[in-house]
Amino acid sequence: MNGISTYHENTGFGARPLYARPMTSTQLKALAAAATDHPAKDLGSDHPSIEKQCRIALANCGYIDPERIEDYFDAAGYFALDKVLEQYTPRQVIQIVLDSGLRGRGGAGFPTGRKWLFAHEAPGYKKFVVCNADEGDPGAFMDRSVLELDPHAVIEAMAIAAYAVGADEGYVYIRAEYPVAVKRLNKAIGQARDYGLLGHDILGRGFNFDLHIRLGAGAFVCGEETALLNSVEGKRGTPRLRPPFPAIKGLFEKPTVLNNVETYANVPAIIRRGSDWFSSIGTDGSKGTKVFALGGNVVSGGLIEVPMGTTLRQIIFEIGNGIPDGRAFKAAQTGGPSGGCIPAEHLDTPVDYESLVRIGSMMGSGGLIVMNEDKCMVGIAKFFMEFMVEESCGKCTPCRLGTRQLLRFLEKITRGQAEMSDIEAMESLAETMRSTSLCALGQTAANPVLSTLRYFRHEYEAHVRDKRCPSRDCKFMARFVINDNCKGCRKCASACPAEAISGTAKKKHIIDGKLCVKCGACLESCKFEAVDKEW
Amino acid sequence: METSCCCGQYPLREIIQPIVERNGRDPSMLIQILHETQEAMGYLPQDVQQCIADELKMPPAEVYSVVTFYSRFTMTPKGLHTISVCLGTACYVKGAEAIIEKLKKTLAVGSGQTTADGVFTLDICRCVGACNKAPVVYVDNDQHEFVTPELMVEILSHYRDDQEYSAAESIVDPGLPEQEEAQL
Repeated sequence: MNGISTYHENTGFGARPLYARPMTSTQLKALAAAATDHPAKDLGSDHPSIEKQCRIALANCGYIDPERIEDYFDAAGYFALDKVLEQYTPRQVIQIVLDSGLRGRGGAGFPTGRKWLFAHEAPGYKKFVVCNADEGDPGAFMDRSVLELDPHAVIEAMAIAAYAVGADEGYVYIRAEYPVAVKRLNKAIGQARDYGLLGHDILGRGFNFDLHIRLGAGAFVCGEETALLNSVEGKRGTPRLRPPFPAIKGLFEKPTVLNNVETYANVPAIIRRGSDWFSSIGTDGSKGTKVFALGGNVVSGGLIEVPMGTTLRQIIFEIGNGIPDGRAFKAAQTGGPSGGCIPAEHLDTPVDYESLVRIGSMMGSGGLIVMNEDKCMVGIAKFFMEFMVEESCGKCTPCRLGTRQLLRFLEKITRGQAEMSDIEAMESLAETMRSTSLCALGQTAANPVLSTLRYFRHEYEAHVRDKRCPSRDCKFMARFVINDNCKGCRKCASACPAEAISGTAKKKHIIDGKLCVKCGACLESCKFEAVDKEW
Repeated sequence: METSCCCGQYPLREIIQPIVERNGRDPSMLIQILHETQEAMGYLPQDVQQCIADELKMPPAEVYSVVTFYSRFTMTPKGLHTISVCLGTACYVKGAEAIIEKLKKTLAVGSGQTTADGVFTLDICRCVGACNKAPVVYVDNDQHEFVTPELMVEILSHYRDDQEYSAAESIVDPGLPEQEEAQL
């Protein structure tokens, strides 16, 4: 639990009237002028190929020492903040972000500039900026990497956002599961305070802003914005009814801007290089780049950053170098537990917000799990539903009960006890959850089921109708049978925990399928290869 | 209930008061306070929650509601070593379930349970963000990568050996903070 007890806040405004090493605007400009782009570094065949990537959010990751603010200065760090304070009014900053077309990288893809505009226009003198670093989607770790490898980019961007909306206080809500990220961010905040880049009268331009860290405690729903705000306030992380939206009434009932880590990481580059540069990358509706955490059954997994509109095929086969062990591609899962499985026929879909929704998945925070032909799609749906049952906060009924019911159906299916009418019942329940749940977690909880039903319905039908798992993945679909090699040694019968094996000594034994719990103990115990696992 | 001392063995308030103090006696810092208290004590039993509630001048029910909501807070003591098997999507696809099965069999516990000798607690945790090294298992704060069921058994034996494990010595008395600290 490193980082939890080491972290303490003691600075408020006025706590440190003189900065240890104040940074001036002139010094920043000189450093920014000398900054050069990092050459793309190819890490060899074990790593995803660098050629097709385009790094904005991850630009500094791996190139600078995250624990030295001086390294960040050398990479034109805090130059954007200086530029904003010197040259632009808050309204102009928002216009730049609007023009850039930057959209939220946390999942829903709401235009960042519009969020800022709402908070800017909201009445009230006290406002907050919050960073969502509660990266809960299983399979996504870009926020962790940005915070661990380039924490100052997030601090700088939050200061810019604070200036744009008129906030003077910010919070980073970060998972307790990421102790290194907490430690580095903490250190970075301390350094920024030393240099007068956080605190009173930043860069001598009369702008005040300070930043605090709040730790999560293991609740997936806290990635939802209103639940996150409750958690920052020290309460149970249950979502609030919207409207009012956080931009009007957010943290401590004050107007609040809330963005994801990766979204913030794009902001300094947009300010430095202009909105035209940023909007020249990507597709019509989705500008810039997206970081994906490429994982699962792929040769070279890891974090990759590609322009929006890159196809899945390019990502998986050109950057990720394909599927290992000569297996065939079956599906790619995007969007975490709220997303869906994309089959081979959609491999050429360009990856952007709209296209992914159209094929029944979503961008999500950028987890991209590749699955080969050995993975059962019903099993995957069940895996996500188990996750959702665990993580549903329980505040609203459709999500709390709906996820449990869906899981029961899926369990029935994978055990071969379901009927065809169950599939229809699942579809209707999923629709109810989508239209009546309180927050996005419940509204999208059924997506893994719906998307697998859409593209892999035949697998569901094989489970239900033929009591067979085509991918040979579902444990309960297997049948254990004793063949003629059996010497009647009784070893399997004594190993069987369910007493499902009968037969007298020195005669061939029989497994009673009704009693069998599919544990495989007989197969492990047999010395004569007399037990077959059939599908 | 007298909360200055929870069970007569160690001064509860002496542990909790400084933690509450350095978080500014601020009810909005409750989660941070609970993290630090759990780090110091190993778990958050009822009288600890009562004490925190008193210090923050808030209803104990509110503290309890937060403790039970978040999965990292526990009201039962953990074993000497906590094994956390990541069950994120990448780890699942790479076979984390087989590791869990193996652990359940080897240790004869279910998930969230502690072995009878108090050495290992088996946890299934949410994605730890090390998906490129899947499947990942944490034992205490050590990250083990590309784990297989066979490797897992080997890893376990290291932890047993390191402690010069003997069942008689390592029974954890849930009340004492010193022994709880050994696992952190």
